[in-house]
Amino acid sequence: MQWLNAVIQGVLLGGLYALLAAGLSLMFGVMRIVNLAHGVLAMVAAYLGFIFVNNMGVPWYLAILIVVPIMALVGYALQWGLFNRALSKGGLAPLLVAFGLAVVLTQLLQEIFTADNRRIQIGELGTASIQITDSIYLGWFPIITFIVAVLIIAGVQLFLNRTPLGRAMRAASDDPDTVKLMGIDNRRVYALSTALALATVGLAGMFIGMKTQFSPTYGDLVLIFAFEAVIIGGLGSLWGTLAGGIVLGVAQAVGSQINPSYGLLIGNLVFLAILAFRPQGLFPKAVTT
Amino acid sequence: MSLLSLEAIDVHYGDFQAIYALDLHIEEGETLAVIGANGAGKSTMLKTIAGLLTPTSGSVVFEGRDISRTPPFKRVPMGIALTPEGRKIFRSLTIEENLKVGAHAKRPGPWDLAKIYEAFPLVADRKDRLGVNLSGGEQQAAAIARALMSNPRLLLLDEVSLGLAPVVVEQIYDALPAITAQGTTVLVVEQDVNQSMKVADRVQCLLEGRTVLEGAPANLSRDEIAAAYFGI
Repeated sequence: MQWLNAVIQGVLLGGLYALLAAGLSLMFGVMRIVNLAHGVLAMVAAYLGFIFVNNMGVPWYLAILIVVPIMALVGYALQWGLFNRALSKGGLAPLLVAFGLAVVLTQLLQEIFTADNRRIQIGELGTASIQITDSIYLGWFPIITFIVAVLIIAGVQLFLNRTPLGRAMRAASDDPDTVKLMGIDNRRVYALSTALALATVGLAGMFIGMKTQFSPTYGDLVLIFAFEAVIIGGLGSLWGTLAGGIVLGVAQAVGSQINPSYGLLIGNLVFLAILAFRPQGLFPKAVTT
Repeated sequence: MSLLSLEAIDVHYGDFQAIYALDLHIEEGETLAVIGANGAGKSTMLKTIAGLLTPTSGSVVFEGRDISRTPPFKRVPMGIALTPEGRKIFRSLTIEENLKVGAHAKRPGPWDLAKIYEAFPLVADRKDRLGVNLSGGEQQAAAIARALMSNPRLLLLDEVSLGLAPVVVEQIYDALPAITAQGTTVLVVEQDVNQSMKVADRVQCLLEGRTVLEGAPANLSRDEIAAAYFGI
């Protein structure tokens, strides 16, 4: 029973990892940008949440409604002001810009908030749970996180598949020069893609901040989890990313069940095993570009 | 007033000059074929009209407006559409999605999905296939259809016949009258001289970035064209 419990907890945790990875996957998918600042941007969102909830007393769900649009605006501005310029300088430039951004933002967070551990307070919701069987209890907060994550991932995938802007994003991913001939400003499409990506990062960052203790450097770990989820799932599809997040979450939870200190280790081992034996990931996109 | 005029444009790729003081005029409703051998500057000229390249001197004038420095995505809403060399169909999108992307500028006009499927049965048959899974001829037909979805006043066709079987080229050119019947002005660039002579009202032959011959197909002899084409 405790193993089943570990698997269920892992699945719920995996939803959060998938939500975290969705933005990384989106930015790479549309613009081929490997956003090394992804993790610290999630921390920026967590600290914003911390200010609103802990310092100003805004309820956590309202804080989400404030933080997510702020992060979307940050994403638009970052893409327009920074990444679009870097993209015109070739493939390596955006990577270096993202790396620099990660360093600057981490230092800035340390300067403002110190390196102390923080947590966004959610009161009783943090401990409220529902009993499933005699020995399995599920926390309400992990359940909410999982449901929100799945809904957001499904929503983003539907957006990409069904809307004109989503189509433009996929077309720009295929061939950025030819979309201009369709009357589409690819720089604007990129800016909106990053806005969408950072909106999901903002949401993920808030949930991380409510779930666990965080500090400015916690973004490094977050970045690794996001990368692992994307690569386990396979590039190109957000459903794959969801599966990747769940595999990672289950591996960590089962690892912790074996020995409390094995969680991260087993997660990383599963990631390495996938990389070694199935480098295209579990659900690679059918079309190779 | 011409629909489009190129006025003494020079176009460079870095240090290399591809086009020298080229003049070109196309009237509304006309079909103009620009022919020439490899490296004559034909595709460069189309890219300059579409806005992918900027002339280093001279100007591109569309409906009396100088658009030399207008970015390509702003030229589509004005009514300029290019079917690029190599087709450039979006590979991971279905053909229908490709067509919808083509309609992004939402220019009003005669062409919509239903009209396209009527005029291009080949495209209609393949509408749910991914771009990557089409043959060259299917991609070419889809690329022209996609350009039409923006309801252009000026349709630019680059090397329609390149790499396609003659019978397929025939099929694609058969759709051209349906396009010009809508009043659309067409500028075709071709290496295949016979094909372009058949469809064009007027032919302009380029050699190494300059115009060497111009006239209605009926008034040009084969020898004249051959001499101009090869520069002999």
